[in-house]
Amino acid sequence: MQIPHPLLGLRDASEFVYLGDASLLQRPEVPEGADMGDSVLLDAFHEYLHLRDNPAGEHRELWFHEQGDRSWLVVTRNTTTHEITDCVLARDLVSR
Amino acid sequence: MRYSAWQVLKQGLTGHTGWKPAFRTPDPRPSYDVVIIGGGGHGLATAWYLASVHGITNVAVLEKGWLGSGNIGRNTTIIRSNYLLPGNEPFYELSMKLWEGLEQDVNYNSMVSQRGILNLAHTDAQIDSYARRGNAMHMAGAGGKLLDTDGVRKLCPFLEFDTARFPIKGGLWQPRAGTARHDAVAWGFARAADQRGVDIIQNCEVTGIVREGGRVTGVDTSRGRISAPKVAVCVAGNSSRVMAMADRRLPIESHVLQAFVSEGLKPVIPGVITFGAGHFYVSQSDKGGLVFGGDLDGYNSYAQRGNLPVVHEILEAGMAMMPSIGRAKMLRSWGGIMDMSMDGSPFIDRTDIPGLYFNGGWCYGGFKATPASGYCYAHLIATDSPHETATAYRLDRLRSGHPIDERGAGAQPNLH
Ligand SMILES: Cc1cc2nc3c(=O)[nH]c(=O)nc-3n(C[C@H](O)[C@H](O)[C@H](O)COP(=O)(O)OP(=O)(O)OC[C@H]3O[C@@H](n4cnc5c(N)ncnc54)[C@H](O)[C@@H]3O)c2cc1C
Repeated sequence: MQIPHPLLGLRDASEFVYLGDASLLQRPEVPEGADMGDSVLLDAFHEYLHLRDNPAGEHRELWFHEQGDRSWLVVTRNTTTHEITDCVLARDLVSR
Repeated sequence: MRYSAWQVLKQGLTGHTGWKPAFRTPDPRPSYDVVIIGGGGHGLATAWYLASVHGITNVAVLEKGWLGSGNIGRNTTIIRSNYLLPGNEPFYELSMKLWEGLEQDVNYNSMVSQRGILNLAHTDAQIDSYARRGNAMHMAGAGGKLLDTDGVRKLCPFLEFDTARFPIKGGLWQPRAGTARHDAVAWGFARAADQRGVDIIQNCEVTGIVREGGRVTGVDTSRGRISAPKVAVCVAGNSSRVMAMADRRLPIESHVLQAFVSEGLKPVIPGVITFGAGHFYVSQSDKGGLVFGGDLDGYNSYAQRGNLPVVHEILEAGMAMMPSIGRAKMLRSWGGIMDMSMDGSPFIDRTDIPGLYFNGGWCYGGFKATPASGYCYAHLIATDSPHETATAYRLDRLRSGHPIDERGAGAQPNLH
């Protein structure tokens, strides 16, 4: 499998480390002075940390180019065919 | 027909014309007491124990493909009970005991072979942790023995002992562990359950979970609606997809795991051997092929095939442990889809929807669990309370802060 890096072009997937669902970019907000034992917050962090859509089909996911330019990418890949339809720098998504 | 030495003799003398199909291929009926989704090892074992232990025989097992098309027919057949934590070890030891009596119980030769498992240790710290694990195993009655280098050498003289990088310091040996013939496990449970009246329905994909008034009342399938007051999900790598039909998300990711087999060789490997300095394990099948595997490919996948970098990595680890493996030709490789749970441990639990039960998250270790998983799931479905060895396998354990972090790597997701 090769990943179309937006800056470096096609790179072999073995240069990358995989983290998982790109929803990990959306860490729940913790309001100033919030009680971390609060059940609404605990639910939010449980969902964030543990629960996954885990779709068969299109999946947005985080890859880290560890043996390359060390950037984080958000790759859209089909989990049944490994076809990659989109690849952007995670930085661009987060700052937008 | 009861299988026995007498039958083999009789059929042998009459041209093998009297054998009957091992189980029926019935059409689905409109309703059952229990519908089990997934005809893998765990689903079939559940049906057998529902029928044989709890007397519940109005049961259907719905399988989307053919029987044995999932992981039950793809795994590397290792059975063992060398676990550490209290939430796990008694459960896996129950499974080991059920394996020991399985063939008599279901009257089917599943080729259960207790040839032992050896976990190699390459550092002093690993020896210490195996001593601790061995003690936990003894406390659960699983047995086990800590070997020093000479003990390992006596058992497996062909290993690479004297490299500077991964010297073998010893190992943990569980003689009662071993292998079983994976397809025969599925066929044996299927035949035994079928004889008690369970309908095993192949090529019947569940496409929806029907709910009325907040509880589950049946399933929609590619062969029509089937109603049942109790629906038991048991679909291994497809857990998230099936539970999504009930609008539930799981602490699970699906990943592909590969396995490999070499050409047939004379007997060389006494049992199962696992490398302690990388992810590699190997055993030898009765036909002589070396059966081995290692790590996941490492990214979400529903494709039942793997990629080459992991093949490379696994073979490298194999060469480091046992250089002679380099002389063998590899014949085949294949992949299966694992439901990797966030703490690496399984679930056997009711869901928050009345009538809907869930069994899954077995990661790459669910074959050994097949009998106990079926036994405990049947207990849960029949009595609505967990079996005493499976009380830790709750669906809410991550939310409540009670992960079962068997790998000792801490309570965090993405351990796999
Ligand atoms: C390469 C490999 C090596 C392994 N090695 C070992 C090992 O050495 N030791 C060990 O203990 N474990 C091992 N495992 C893990 C073990 O095989 C699994 O954990 C276990 O088989 C899972 O349970 P099962 O048998 O019920 O799964 P499966 O056989 O996968 O059963 C699930 C069934 O559900 C069906 N299904 C899915 N969706 C639907 C639907 N919508 N409707 C109807 N049916 C559906 C599938 O077709 C499938 O047949 C290995 C796995 C793999 C892939």
